[in-house]
Amino acid sequence: MIDVQPADRSAPRHADLVDERIVLTYFLIALGYLSLSMLAGLLMAMQLIRHNPLNGFELMSPGRWRMVHTNVIAYGFLANAFLGALHWSVPRLMLRPVLDWRLSWFILIAWQVVVLGTGVGIVLGPTLQANIPALESLPFALGAQGLEWGETPVWIDPLALAGLLLVAVNFMAPITKSRGPMYVTAWYFMAAFVWTFLTYAMGNFLPQYSLTGTSAGAVGGLFIHDLVGLFVTPLGWGLMYYFVPVMLKKPMWSHGLSLVGFWGLAFFYPLNGIHHFLYTPIPMFLQYGAIVSTIAVEMVVTTVIVNFFATIWGSSRALLTNLPIRWFYTGMIFYGITCFQCALQTTLTFQALIHFSDWVVGHAHLVMFGVFSMWLLGIMTYLFPRIWRTEWWSRELCEWHYWLSAVGLFVMALDLTLAGVFQGYYWASLQPWEVSVEGSQPFWVVRVFAGLAMMAGQVCFFVNLYMTWRLSREAGVSRGVPEPAPQAHLATQGTN
Amino acid sequence: MFESKSGVLLVAGLGFFAFAFLSNALVPALMYRDLPEQTTTELVEKNSNLMYQFENLSHRYPEQFAKHVGEASQENCAEILELGRRVYTGEGCWHCHSQFVRPVSREEDRWGPVSKTEEYQNELQRPVMFGTRRVGPDLSREGGRRANDWHAVHFFQPTMVSHDSPMPSYPWLFEGSPDKPNKRGIALITYVQWLGSWLESYPYYENFEPTPLPGDEPAGEGEESAEDAEVATAE
Repeated sequence: MIDVQPADRSAPRHADLVDERIVLTYFLIALGYLSLSMLAGLLMAMQLIRHNPLNGFELMSPGRWRMVHTNVIAYGFLANAFLGALHWSVPRLMLRPVLDWRLSWFILIAWQVVVLGTGVGIVLGPTLQANIPALESLPFALGAQGLEWGETPVWIDPLALAGLLLVAVNFMAPITKSRGPMYVTAWYFMAAFVWTFLTYAMGNFLPQYSLTGTSAGAVGGLFIHDLVGLFVTPLGWGLMYYFVPVMLKKPMWSHGLSLVGFWGLAFFYPLNGIHHFLYTPIPMFLQYGAIVSTIAVEMVVTTVIVNFFATIWGSSRALLTNLPIRWFYTGMIFYGITCFQCALQTTLTFQALIHFSDWVVGHAHLVMFGVFSMWLLGIMTYLFPRIWRTEWWSRELCEWHYWLSAVGLFVMALDLTLAGVFQGYYWASLQPWEVSVEGSQPFWVVRVFAGLAMMAGQVCFFVNLYMTWRLSREAGVSRGVPEPAPQAHLATQGTN
Repeated sequence: MFESKSGVLLVAGLGFFAFAFLSNALVPALMYRDLPEQTTTELVEKNSNLMYQFENLSHRYPEQFAKHVGEASQENCAEILELGRRVYTGEGCWHCHSQFVRPVSREEDRWGPVSKTEEYQNELQRPVMFGTRRVGPDLSREGGRRANDWHAVHFFQPTMVSHDSPMPSYPWLFEGSPDKPNKRGIALITYVQWLGSWLESYPYYENFEPTPLPGDEPAGEGEESAEDAEVATAE
């Protein structure tokens, strides 16, 4: 266990560390984007089962909204929710506020410009460019960039990159000012700030302006992978290493395993990129390298999961009583499934069958919603009552939110995984293409209903959120949540 | 090092990232550094298959072609091809159609020759359009496989030629009817006809019959043969 400054009475007050309004604003914006992304996903799902009532309307084209779906979930929901959670956890962990509040608010606004610009660019860009002669002759496309997860139009990329730099500066200030060895969360966050910036720059600029062809494909694979592995994953795990010990009121089970987890991830994760493009003209020895390091990541992930499950050992009743903890550990189970799946599907044997199929789509949903969105929704379930000093209006709606999200997601992932196997065999058996599409229909129908269940879960959450907010506005009611205590290294010392 | 700021920032943050970048990105870049990147103009110059399709478009839709493109010249073809790539990217076509043929899963039998690096070393693969999902078929061997008319009808409303297709309609690439593609429509058809047109065995897949030109006696129903072609049989 690392040696940290003792928690003393002079610990800074919560109000001096955390600007709760900014946390709240980020969370509410994030939830707005979550809704938008889910609606976009629904549109594409309805198109696949050939019941899209909006088919043929240019601005509602499922092709464009499919890109809005993924980009808004990554940059609108995940990034905003992460920024909100960081504004809570970083100052409370480091006992120092962020560099500057004005900078925080500036970043908040700038980032919304980035996300809205991305959405509007993808949807309106091609239309505007085709109809306004002055825009037609521009040397670049106003619409999507041809890079998966990086469809952010090229004209927004520089702004997004500047935003990421400011985020790093703002949060690195409290981290660098602290002395001595750092807690696990800070390792993950620090690395994430560096990696996110580098990843974004590499993926969005190199294949567009410098590299071509196969080598650009390698960078594209690296980008897809690093965006999940070096932006979302370290921020997610950093938050878990912070919130789980805080809520369970005990330290992590093994500091050694925390070290193995971080350094193993840092080394092996970035080496995986090319596994997204196996059997392409990318040199085979590089593909083998990516496969081997992907399997290595699975080993590392196992140590992290063991560490967290050993931590809750003895307090497992919290899974029933403590909703955020349940969200977190469900996410971790999905994480285990995802990574195990990953170690299998990255092998050339599996790839031959399931690449290009819905298996991959199921895998992506399992990661992005099943793991990271679950964690962030858990963090929101924990923080909204604290920010409003009001218990949830309805515990039952919280339960519905959890169960509809978790079960809906699980059904969707299972359904798409199975669909992928079927599609793979249809293709390999050289049946006419239409057969694979017809065979997918039942799976796509199930997917729509699973998605609707997930959406219904969020509706429960929004209703609960609104009622809780109304409750918090009523004066003179005992609302059950006190001012957050000054927090002195709860995460590392397990004291309260 | 393992818990210090410099260790985390320099070794994990910068060092490991740089190592991965070196091995995963710089190695292929160096391996292919002698393979020149072709410009769109170069792609068009050497490609009579593509020019055939482009001229065919000017015959099939003379008014539309004259209005939106002008002459069926090589310069115009290069320009239209770039616009086509822009439409293909902007409409998200590449999220349901891949552009590479793998050496496994009998893909050679279904699509044609396995993809090679040289095929991607050009301006129109910037960023490269490998794709990661196939709801619809791979398109890297699509050029010349079907007639321009088939594509026009298919983009206008896919179910007209492929009854159960889940593909969305793209009526905004036309001026009201499938025989009136607008500039974007002509561009997208040209782009799709370009895919694979550089291969010697073009069109790889089936017995190619030129589309009858206006005034010619119909040499068989173009759309019917196109539908037959969809039934992929290894020969």
